[in-house]
Amino acid sequence: MISPPLIYALLLLAVPLLTIILFSFWTQNFLTIDRTFTVANYAEALTDPLYRELMLRSLRIAGLVTAATVLLAFPIAYFISFHVTPEKKALWIFLITIPFWTSYLIRIFLWRVILAYDGPVNGTLLELGIIEEPLSWILYNANSVVITLAHAFAPFAILPIFVSLEKIDRSLLEAARDLGEATAMTFIRVTLPLAMPGVLAAVLIVFIPTVGDYVTPRLVGGSGGTMIANMIYVQIFDLSNRPMGATLAVLAMLTVTITLAWFILHIRFWVHLSDRVGGGVLGLALAAVAAVIDIAIVRWVFLHGPDWFGPAGSLGVLAAIMGGGAILIAWFVPKGRWGI
Amino acid sequence: MSSTPLIQMQDVHKYYGAYHALRGITAEIAEGEFFSLLGPSGCGKTTLLRAIAGFEEISSGAILLNGADMAGVPPNRRPTNMVFQSYAIFPHLSVEQNVGFGLRRSALSVGEKTRAIGEALEMVGLGHLGGRAAHALSGGQRQRVALARALILKPKVLLLDEPLSALDRKMREDMQVELMKLQREVGITFVLVTHDQEEALVMSDRIAVMFEGEIAQLADPEVLYRRPATKRVADFIGVMNFLPATASGRSVEAAGLGVADLAADQMPAGPVTGACTVGLRPETLSILHDGEASKAREASAQIEEVVYYGDMTYYDVRLDGMDTTMRISMRNMVGRDVLDVGARTRVAWDPRAMVVFPD
Repeated sequence: MISPPLIYALLLLAVPLLTIILFSFWTQNFLTIDRTFTVANYAEALTDPLYRELMLRSLRIAGLVTAATVLLAFPIAYFISFHVTPEKKALWIFLITIPFWTSYLIRIFLWRVILAYDGPVNGTLLELGIIEEPLSWILYNANSVVITLAHAFAPFAILPIFVSLEKIDRSLLEAARDLGEATAMTFIRVTLPLAMPGVLAAVLIVFIPTVGDYVTPRLVGGSGGTMIANMIYVQIFDLSNRPMGATLAVLAMLTVTITLAWFILHIRFWVHLSDRVGGGVLGLALAAVAAVIDIAIVRWVFLHGPDWFGPAGSLGVLAAIMGGGAILIAWFVPKGRWGI
Repeated sequence: MSSTPLIQMQDVHKYYGAYHALRGITAEIAEGEFFSLLGPSGCGKTTLLRAIAGFEEISSGAILLNGADMAGVPPNRRPTNMVFQSYAIFPHLSVEQNVGFGLRRSALSVGEKTRAIGEALEMVGLGHLGGRAAHALSGGQRQRVALARALILKPKVLLLDEPLSALDRKMREDMQVELMKLQREVGITFVLVTHDQEEALVMSDRIAVMFEGEIAQLADPEVLYRRPATKRVADFIGVMNFLPATASGRSVEAAGLGVADLAADQMPAGPVTGACTVGLRPETLSILHDGEASKAREASAQIEEVVYYGDMTYYDVRLDGMDTTMRISMRNMVGRDVLDVGARTRVAWDPRAMVVFPD
């Protein structure tokens, strides 16, 4: 007996996904689709520097958006959880969702007005004498995409962090104080580690949709803020090359999946490093350094690998580094907190 | 023991808005003492403990630790450590990391810290569990970790907030004895908050009984039990039978029993004449079985209720000429049968067990 939810899931998720995967192995032959199986699209997508640049830019913008959103969301969630009286918390959470009352598109247009050459940001800064002439780098480039997306996704980051902060037993914070730690160290040693599940959830919730965002870069991104989703649109609708668009879509999905899998596995490694030195400020610093080095290695191979190892070779090196690291971590580092 | 008391509480008041939680607490706790704050929930005992720890600012009065006024001193700068009611074990750390949490700022080397953690765990009987994750501990183990975590810092005072209330009965009784032994071993002053009168009696050197933000009586367990200062204290600690009585000087006539001349410490502080109340603990009365020789002081009565506990039997008896019953507990010894409801019996009493309360 097939249940209705299964039918829905098949129709709404599996069928579109399979269609895209199918298309990615076909080719466009002027007005018709050539249905012979081929990996030519993949070969082209992986070797053309343009696609690689767009993919990396999408990851970078999504990473920046995620970092900005989570960093800004944390103090807000912290304030609501720790400094708002319990009976007013629901009101605060409600207020945070108010931006959703207007359409996503209207909010993007508003940012275009706010950040415009003669908009209020430039006007105020000029008026105050902080700048001589209007800033041109705040609109129609990657910066404006980051600002607009960070604003749009703020509630998605605030809510999970708020929930994880709410779950912290307040007597744990008192215990830390009682055992000799001042408020700042109590935060680093107790509050922050216990809020990490919420932070991780926020990272995933913000990162995944922003990598593939299409409207924001289209409206405020200019040419410097174009992302992979815009290229998929161009392939499918402007160039009428649906198979190439499908290939890029599949690769984008794969990239997000691999990036997040890599990220989550490496968090296990970073947390383990931090624990080995007893946590605290030293642990936090060590984990941060390890994270920066790890990211730099992967980024370098992704960008400069083709010059050194050739297009296919660079993918092999990338797979070896990421896969090898994954195996090493999965094998040697015990499963830590937060179920990862 | 040093000459100045380790903890001095001087007319401590605490208001939460209009609510008066602590109403003029004045008490002193000596070094090395096992001191209990006993009272029903809402009596202010936990507030007082948290005020000593530094988690609650007091509204007026003073709390002195080791002679130094603690006003404005945050909890992390006080020579006190606390075992929380929920134990507050850090769930993201291992047992060892929990126990060593407070050592971050100490001058010990890494090796010395490891040894100190090992010793603290040995002391509470958890030497084998150091590497275990904190969330994989049982209730009793969590409590021991909380103890080790506080004692490793060698505080002047260990504050315990209802530490045994989450444990089952058997475990609680074992831990009572263990806590006492531990306290004697380390010589640290323990201040315990509890609502369990038995727990307080078993463990404490002295007990402060609190009602509505005030100390009703501060005494050692035996005095508290034998000579409660008020009816309320008597009723809160164990069971006590109250009989209407009339006094004239130290000569007291208890309704249904008879006249007795009492010692000074059995009488209330002020002079008593006329109507008063006499209190008698159930175990100070006894049921005389048929054939048992009569005692100097006995009264005839009827058994109204029998509750059998195995080792003990509790009788509710009504003295002749009285409307109310009183409770008598008897040890079930060989040859002493449990009597039936409705049986006639004789009740032997001893004036030395009486306590007089003013009406």
